[in-house]
Amino acid sequence: MKTILYIIQKEFKQIFRNKGMLPIIFVLPLLQLVILSNAATFEVKNIKFGYIDNDHSSTSRALIEQFNASTYFNVLTDFPSEALASSEMLKGKVDVILEIPQYFERDLQKEKHNSLGVTINAIDGAAAGVENVYVTQIIQRFNQDLKVDLIQISDKHVQPTNIKTIPLFWYNETLNYKTFMVPGILVLLVTMITLFLSGMNIVREKEIGTLEQINVTPIKKSQFIIGKLFPFWVIGMGLLTIGLIIAKLIFNVPMIGSLPLMYLYTSIYILVVLGIGLFISNFTDTQQQAMFIAWFFMVIFILMSGLFTPIESMPKWAQIFTEINPIKYFVEVMRMVMLKGSGFIDILPQLLKTLLYAFIMNGLAVWSYKKTI
Amino acid sequence: MKRFIGFIKKEFYHIFRDKRSLFILFGMPIAQILLFGFAITNEINNVDIAILDHSKDATTEEIINKIAASEYFSIKQIIDKESDIETTFKKGKVKAVLNFEKDFSKNLIKNHIATIQIITDATDPNTANTISNFVNAILQKYQKQLNKEVTIIYQVVPETRMVYNPELKSVYMFVPGVMTIILMLVSAMMTSISITREKELGTMEILLVSPLKPIQVIIGKVFPYIFLSIINAVIIVVLSIFVFKMPVQGSLFLLALESVLFIISALALGILISTISATQQTAMMISLMGLMLPVILLSGFIFPISSMPLPLQIISNIIPAKWFIIIIKGIMLKGVGLQFIWKETLILLGMTVFFITLSVKKYKIRLE
Repeated sequence: MKTILYIIQKEFKQIFRNKGMLPIIFVLPLLQLVILSNAATFEVKNIKFGYIDNDHSSTSRALIEQFNASTYFNVLTDFPSEALASSEMLKGKVDVILEIPQYFERDLQKEKHNSLGVTINAIDGAAAGVENVYVTQIIQRFNQDLKVDLIQISDKHVQPTNIKTIPLFWYNETLNYKTFMVPGILVLLVTMITLFLSGMNIVREKEIGTLEQINVTPIKKSQFIIGKLFPFWVIGMGLLTIGLIIAKLIFNVPMIGSLPLMYLYTSIYILVVLGIGLFISNFTDTQQQAMFIAWFFMVIFILMSGLFTPIESMPKWAQIFTEINPIKYFVEVMRMVMLKGSGFIDILPQLLKTLLYAFIMNGLAVWSYKKTI
Repeated sequence: MKRFIGFIKKEFYHIFRDKRSLFILFGMPIAQILLFGFAITNEINNVDIAILDHSKDATTEEIINKIAASEYFSIKQIIDKESDIETTFKKGKVKAVLNFEKDFSKNLIKNHIATIQIITDATDPNTANTISNFVNAILQKYQKQLNKEVTIIYQVVPETRMVYNPELKSVYMFVPGVMTIILMLVSAMMTSISITREKELGTMEILLVSPLKPIQVIIGKVFPYIFLSIINAVIIVVLSIFVFKMPVQGSLFLLALESVLFIISALALGILISTISATQQTAMMISLMGLMLPVILLSGFIFPISSMPLPLQIISNIIPAKWFIIIIKGIMLKGVGLQFIWKETLILLGMTVFFITLSVKKYKIRLE
């Protein structure tokens, strides 16, 4: 026990002595939490909108007015010609172009039916889909207004049936994207810092040659590993704490669920990450290698975690693959507990899987660590 | 010159000797492109939902069938009381519950109006909003069917044309991003680490006292990574063309030139990082935390820049990756030539010159 304490003491000293590292461990991640949570949003707003009005009638102006009034569209310019409009789209200055044909008003009154040209820059497919919905909604509203304006004698014999929908957004009525992203990015930062620090730590001793010195001491394998990992576990928990405080104070993220439950889960989760880090460092010879391998898995785990993109939209094989992704569970648990107030029973499956994961990873790490060269 | 070539050879040996890193160096872009192409999408489909049907009559059944038939939803659960909604949400099993009011058909026939509540788990606001929109669209179509005899008098229909990506594939959007990330990683991160490594191990002193000029040492260090980055860029472009049928509308030559420009700017950043960090760990953390996350989040790779708050939109301008992504999208998807992207190219060029000057200034040829 005493040996472990000494190793832990040594590790902490080493961490705190490196003045260049300290701000990177504590300040940078939190700065990122503050900045990047604002950046990560799938909302589509400020759509760059341009139009070509070939009609110049009161009806066409009324239609453009509808776009002007919408908060989603940023009505920029009236393009005199189609050629100019498409060249502006090539330059990326405009994302949606509405083209009103000549004699729009006259034809509409005569034939009661007319069409409009809408061109959408669809490189970002998902955003283009949303933009299309917004355009359609505005035109639908315009149709309804037309009915009121242009029909004096309405035939009220047949009343249309109406299915009314009431959307209710639970847990996040204002659809604030930050409440969703802050817990996720916090997960990311805790994972990244603990994984990279633990992954590089033992390799560093190997590379510099001090590991041999430790190997010839009477320190046991398990003592050494516990002593090495404990400081990073503390750092991880510390990061979580500061992150939660920022989430509460700056982003006002609701914390409905129980804090002890969050800490319980995180304490187990960090063990998984440390186990992975240690495992990587056992199989690599240089820090560059360790970092590279850690980064490789990290990127795949992040992308497959449901942090940025929904897991349900993935094909079946990919969804099965996410079962072995620890980050996925952490993201799920943080969001469930923080935002929905899920209890112990609700997150029990995730908790058990993470626990199992921790045992396997640390078992593998201890097994693969060799005291000989 | 001969010495210099010898030095470059040494660097290549270093890299090729390390099989594990090499494997990842080339495995990474392939794995990422495949993941983005086949697995990851920011579209929403296959959402698990639950039904709470208080009427259980012919109309609600028809609507439920319509929803079940749609590719967006799969009905996971039928619940029968309001209090169950909360429990299913807390377990995270479903994302939305459709709550049909009592006597749905009767109300529809008698009062011409009936109500459905779309209760969504809005912890993910984007999904919640989209679900609500999709359900509405399905119901509207159904309503039109019901109202066949009531003709809508005046009607304007939009004819929408999706340009540059008519099938709305998300891989079109991700390929430029993945390319940027990989090039950034290989160039900036690897260079900064490989230079600090010499510092940390003490071999930098040996290089400094050798007859090689400092500038030669740096160029020699950087050269292999230019080479590797270019191979990676080629792999990515080839994969996206042949596996995902992504078009390259513009000139391949221009694309190559712009890529080299970006690679050089990333390398310059890598050198800059190595001049300010003493250990590999510091270099890695700076390139990781200072470069990678902003590159992923602030470059318009996944999240649209125009939706961000104004201060972040301004910050995004100093990120080279943002300009590079605009350039690649322009060349690959829109097929534009230099006359449309000269501004972005110039900005990237300016940044590169700035990084190089700064790192030359900061580079110390003496040890402390």
